[in-house]
Amino acid sequence: MSNISQLSLTKIVKGIKKKEFTSEEVTKVFIANSKKSKKLNTYITECFDEALISAKNFDKKKDYNGLLSGIPIAIKDLFCTKDIKTTAGSKILNNFIPTYESTVTKNLWSQGAFLLGKLNCDEFAMGSSNETSFFGNVINPYGEKIVPGGSSGGSASALAAELTPATIGTDTGGSIRQPASFTGTVGLKPTYGRCSRWGIVAFASSLDQAGPMTKNVEDCALLLQAMSSYDPKDSTSIDIKVENYSSKLTEKVKGLKIGIPKEYRVDDMPVEIDSLWKKGIDYLKDAGAVIKNISLPHTMYALPTYYIVAPAEASSNLARYDGVKYGHRAKGNNLIEMYENTRSEGFGNEVKRRILIGTYVLSSGYYDAYYLKAQKVRQLIKNDFDKSFTEVDAILTPSTPSSAFKIGDKTDDPISMYLNDIFTVPVNLSGLPAISVPAGYDKNNLPLGLQLIGKPFDEQTILNLSLAIEKRVNFKKNFKNWWC
Amino acid sequence: MGEKKFDYFISGDKAKWEVVIGLEVHAQVLSKSKLFSSSSTKFGADPNTQVSLVDSGFPGMLPVINQFCIEQSIKTGLGLKAKINLYSVFDRKNYFYADLPQGYQISQYKNPIVGEGEVILDLPYGSKKVGIERLHLEQDAGKSIHDMDPENTFVDLNRSGVALMEIVSKPDLRSPEEVNFYIKKLRSIMRYLGTCDGNMQEGSLRADVNVSVRKIGDKKFGTRCEIKNVNSIKFMQAAIEYEANRQVDLLETGKNIDQETRLFDTKKNITRSMRSKENAHDYRYFPDPDLLPLKIDKSLISKLEKELPELPDEKKERFMKEHKLSSYEANILVSDKEISDFYEEVIKSCDKKLATNWITVELFAVLNKKNLNISQSPVSAKNLSSLIKMISSGKISGKIAKYVFEKMQVDNKDPNQIVEKESLIQQSDPKELEKIIVSVLLKNKDKVAQYKSGKEKLFGYFVGEVMKLSKGKANPQLVNQILKNNLK
Repeated sequence: MSNISQLSLTKIVKGIKKKEFTSEEVTKVFIANSKKSKKLNTYITECFDEALISAKNFDKKKDYNGLLSGIPIAIKDLFCTKDIKTTAGSKILNNFIPTYESTVTKNLWSQGAFLLGKLNCDEFAMGSSNETSFFGNVINPYGEKIVPGGSSGGSASALAAELTPATIGTDTGGSIRQPASFTGTVGLKPTYGRCSRWGIVAFASSLDQAGPMTKNVEDCALLLQAMSSYDPKDSTSIDIKVENYSSKLTEKVKGLKIGIPKEYRVDDMPVEIDSLWKKGIDYLKDAGAVIKNISLPHTMYALPTYYIVAPAEASSNLARYDGVKYGHRAKGNNLIEMYENTRSEGFGNEVKRRILIGTYVLSSGYYDAYYLKAQKVRQLIKNDFDKSFTEVDAILTPSTPSSAFKIGDKTDDPISMYLNDIFTVPVNLSGLPAISVPAGYDKNNLPLGLQLIGKPFDEQTILNLSLAIEKRVNFKKNFKNWWC
Repeated sequence: MGEKKFDYFISGDKAKWEVVIGLEVHAQVLSKSKLFSSSSTKFGADPNTQVSLVDSGFPGMLPVINQFCIEQSIKTGLGLKAKINLYSVFDRKNYFYADLPQGYQISQYKNPIVGEGEVILDLPYGSKKVGIERLHLEQDAGKSIHDMDPENTFVDLNRSGVALMEIVSKPDLRSPEEVNFYIKKLRSIMRYLGTCDGNMQEGSLRADVNVSVRKIGDKKFGTRCEIKNVNSIKFMQAAIEYEANRQVDLLETGKNIDQETRLFDTKKNITRSMRSKENAHDYRYFPDPDLLPLKIDKSLISKLEKELPELPDEKKERFMKEHKLSSYEANILVSDKEISDFYEEVIKSCDKKLATNWITVELFAVLNKKNLNISQSPVSAKNLSSLIKMISSGKISGKIAKYVFEKMQVDNKDPNQIVEKESLIQQSDPKELEKIIVSVLLKNKDKVAQYKSGKEKLFGYFVGEVMKLSKGKANPQLVNQILKNNLK
């Protein structure tokens, strides 16, 4: 019984279907685990009572037709959930209860899953270590002083610590893949437009994309299938049929051409990352894939481009948090003062920093030099990928330039924090799908991930390649539940 | 109509000044739902009852373009003989205000949906072409209400997200009168198209007015001031009048005009400064990442082009040709689509010349007096047509017709029934008329004698008596004829 939580999502779904255990039993296990794990600070809102009721109702109805029948699932607190507080990790939304359900979560519920709770994240998904949340740092199960990555840090930690059978996050510049890499889990950012953005608190609209975070690749395929859809309520959603990723999942990748971009071999990259990358190449060679060296010449401009585009959009997206309609409102003697006090109190430093950057780069006189130029460079970065994909089927890189770092290590140096996203950001700028799959450990026993980047809407190929790597790595978690 | 000459200049102490005006008209798109949400746009609803999560800027809410509003804008563009841009972009105009829930207005900045076009004005001194710079789509903001509570401002978001077309003219207008003609023509075109009801009382049509002055003969434009959000033609005219004179006064005393935004005070009839150029907002326009660029298919444009109704200019030309109307008459009849429809309905079965007179003189007088528009006319086109038919066939006299017309206004009565019931048919039988005339002349032998001795004015007296006896039904032409014969 107690080992239910160690099972994969796929196995739990099957177990419920085969009546090896009930949804209630499953739910109780994850609730118990969650209750014992307060130290990790993964939850912002617990919905344990409601989850138990849902589980019991499920067990009575026995409707096994969904992809996720009877599965409790905790999710990043960036998805609006009807009648459940949704904070985006911010004080300014500390009291916000939506009257509506995001399309992605609605898709999960219609596949038979139900909500276990809302998970901590960087404020408005702005951060790479989960240190910007109003609700405090999230702890990585790999160490009491180790960050889980960000912004979907609460999701990654909760998943790795077995507090939820799977989870979903959002990825604007690496917010799914980097924490997945830091916690030894699988995280996939789908093609821009694959999952609806409707009902997800917006950070940078042209980059944001929701995606699955799971224990293994098989689960990832299943959850991706469950959450994806075309949504007419999101004008940037694309009307392409959702694949049956699970049934098509195969480790047979013989003959697939894999690009290795030379520009991802950055200065000061730890030897361990380099050797991890080499191991990844070997795994894929072993699986019969063909390795090709490629060039993505504009890679070095991706990070600065990202840090213009994303804050620009954020500065505008976050203007609605003004204390007038909902959320935190401070007092003031007039409208302007009320705005100033509300936003000064309501936003944390990182959010303020990005609003300032975004406001600056959009200002008259600077727009052409920053925003417009960034858009042009963004196109060049995308062109690099398009060109490469005429020669290769997928691209292999490390997920991150380092393993998880210590809490507080980078908080005083935003640039070194931003550098964490160096391998993930180009993918968002190009709207491509990419996955991080656990591939080994560094000398401190901290997990490291490899990233596979695919062609638009070809999530299947990177899932298959990840499966091939997963089979060869034989990755096992190597931490004890020290926090219980 | 005698040809007038354009004469709107401001005579200062030192020079004669020409006034240069350009308008940015905000026209509400006639559409049941808003530009980016399905909320109703109905006027006059209780505050905050027509507001969706999108209109009120809730987290995670996304705009979806209302295709109908796009088609309405294209139609309007076609009506302005303008270029329709196959590629246009929605931008965010960022600023903070309590009635702007998203913190930005979605508008079109660099790439509007409609490009250059024109509007033809029929002015008393000839026709004039006014250039259109562009037409773009944008969403309206909500309304802040400051006077309901001493301490709080209330916000009504019913208008938030309503689709507006901003129609920007070139600086081609030169007088308040031309502004009057321009607005009316623009409104007429949009009403013909059914793309804007042009209702200024309900705020469906408002304008920002750009005014500058220059010495007659100068090629360069002067520095302009923009008068924001003026909501009636009268106010626009008064604002221009004041503003132009203010600028002339400044320039003639050697001062400069500051480029600034001004407000029109409708109580004092003056404009005052709202914000200077230095304090102008930096709206930080950038393409809205929630919306893809708008791509319009050529086939949609040609489809809408085919469906386009006959517009005022073409209708005027046709009326002059087909119905032999003067330019003046045609202008009056085509100014409003409903009037032209009414006219065409009336003339289906009666004399066109008489119909023109009866509509533009008698009917308009009634409508004006009762403050009605043509669609509320107390007399239907069909009944007016019947009345005119009776006049031209000689069944009733013009005088009786006016009496019948009065009666018709009550419950839109059928004139035939009125004439029948009150036996108002014109007496045109010469024998019967002769009987009446002879009896009148016999009764007035002394006056007949006076007439015959040269007092010819008495002729009218005899006619009057005959009419009296016939209860006004005698055919006047016949009476004249027979009377003359009998007085020989």
